[in-house]
Amino acid sequence: MLHERSWHAHLALVLGVAVFAFPIYMALNGSTWDAGTIGGGRMPLYPGAEAAANYGQAWFSGEGARAKGAPVSVMMINSFLMAVIITLGKVAISIISAYAVVFFAFPLRMFFFWMIFITLMLPVEVRIIPTYAVAANLGLIDSFAGLTVPLIASATATLLFRQFFLTIPDELVEASKIDGAGPLRFFWDTVLPLSRTNIAALCVILFIYGWNQYLWPLLITTSPEMETIVIGITKLVSTADAHTDWNLIMATTVLAMLPPVAVVILMQRWFVRGLIESEK
Amino acid sequence: MRKRVIFNDKALPYLLLLPQVAITLIFFFWPAAQAVYFSTQIQDAFGLRSQFVWFENFGAILSDPNYLSSIRVTVVFSVSVTVLAIAPALLLSVMADKQIRGATTYKTLLIWPYAVAPAIAAVLWLFIFHPSVGLLGRFLVAIGVPWDYALNDAQALLLVVLASAWKQISYNFLFFLAGLQSIPRSVLEAAAIDGASQTRRFWTIVFPLLSPTTFFLLVVNLVYAFFDTFGTIHALTRGGPGTSTTTLIYRVYVDGRDNLNLGTSSAQSVVLMLFVIALTMIQFRYIERRVHY
Repeated sequence: MLHERSWHAHLALVLGVAVFAFPIYMALNGSTWDAGTIGGGRMPLYPGAEAAANYGQAWFSGEGARAKGAPVSVMMINSFLMAVIITLGKVAISIISAYAVVFFAFPLRMFFFWMIFITLMLPVEVRIIPTYAVAANLGLIDSFAGLTVPLIASATATLLFRQFFLTIPDELVEASKIDGAGPLRFFWDTVLPLSRTNIAALCVILFIYGWNQYLWPLLITTSPEMETIVIGITKLVSTADAHTDWNLIMATTVLAMLPPVAVVILMQRWFVRGLIESEK
Repeated sequence: MRKRVIFNDKALPYLLLLPQVAITLIFFFWPAAQAVYFSTQIQDAFGLRSQFVWFENFGAILSDPNYLSSIRVTVVFSVSVTVLAIAPALLLSVMADKQIRGATTYKTLLIWPYAVAPAIAAVLWLFIFHPSVGLLGRFLVAIGVPWDYALNDAQALLLVVLASAWKQISYNFLFFLAGLQSIPRSVLEAAAIDGASQTRRFWTIVFPLLSPTTFFLLVVNLVYAFFDTFGTIHALTRGGPGTSTTTLIYRVYVDGRDNLNLGTSSAQSVVLMLFVIALTMIQFRYIERRVHY
């Protein structure tokens, strides 16, 4: 047996957990006090009594003394739709293109595979302005299509599915061919059910990816009705000083973190799997 | 590696590839090609006419002191974030890998910051380090430190580094933990029987066996610090004070969107593309090696 001093481990881990939890505690705490107390630098370390008022105000109106934001309810719905469309879109187009590349023989097969693969080297950040110009020319500004479609091509997801499809034994394809199943039947009855685990794991990662998008929504949305919550918060803090509506910002921050954090914690098994698999 | 049994439809595979290829062409290749094209053009003041100027735009950005300062900021920023996100993650994963009580609970409590958006991580730390509102900010001012990240270059950079690294530790933690769990316990037990201390076991066995993971994480963290921290910087400092937190990505955004300089902004995009291509190739060469290893 290994002799291990476990109190060292506990100390380090508790410290790590505390450093992670501290900012969240402060945000939770900030969402329960009024703007004046926080702005005056007098916020105590225990919760105040304004929680209901702050969350209510953030959720329904989003407007404070200074803040002129959209209501959190609207921004949450936008973020949720954006995350779900990106997730389902990426999974759908990646799984069918991986299926085409693995199970068919056709001219230019490898050409298309490399074409998808190379997009790994062109993240949106390095081609911001021309991509924005293309989206603007297509009339995609301030629309859900503009917010999501340019982001749903995915080399990583395609590679992941391709990798998995290559492990499906040839005998399965042969058997279903003998049964008279065509390629679509085989996809629907065999490949899709076998891919369930991979799809679930990928969905968890992609939902977080979609929810946390920043640069692209910042460019493509201009109207308050289309604002996503992550962008909405940073607009509120753009002039951070004593008169900022800190109470509203903190309530909004807590609400904005809730869905992705809940997904990670509740679907931890899929999350860990998805993260480690998709980076291979 | 090819499958022997395949379908022979003529049109179906193209149909299946169509959505992905269409998006790739319209939103990846076409804009990238435009960036390359515009990087060799200079437009007149009204954007009506443009002229082919070879590498003049590249010369312009590389002799622009602001661009050179962005390169410096990016290097300092990325290296700091990478070190600060990897070292604590390694320590925590080594501790969590031990057979201690509550290891699963610790793991759950250590992975959730991955889900926090970079911009939100920035707001969380802003609320703590704001000089007149934040708990630690006020404390620093009270003990006489002239703390104001909105005025002080180094403090601003420190704050964006902290917020960026904080969020990334969970990711590194998970990969180190997976790496540690693949190290055979029998090797460690053998070393323990030979009388190697815990510290010695770490440096002579665990750390070298983790080196593929560490190298992989170095690349991933550099990419993260380069590209995914735009939100952190935009939310916290907007690249300021001055240009002290303007990284290369932030500069492309500012030059392209606010200063509307298509030529130099495109030249910057092309430089970044070359950089990503280099990093991706390093990553894949390494992965190829790992497959044989």
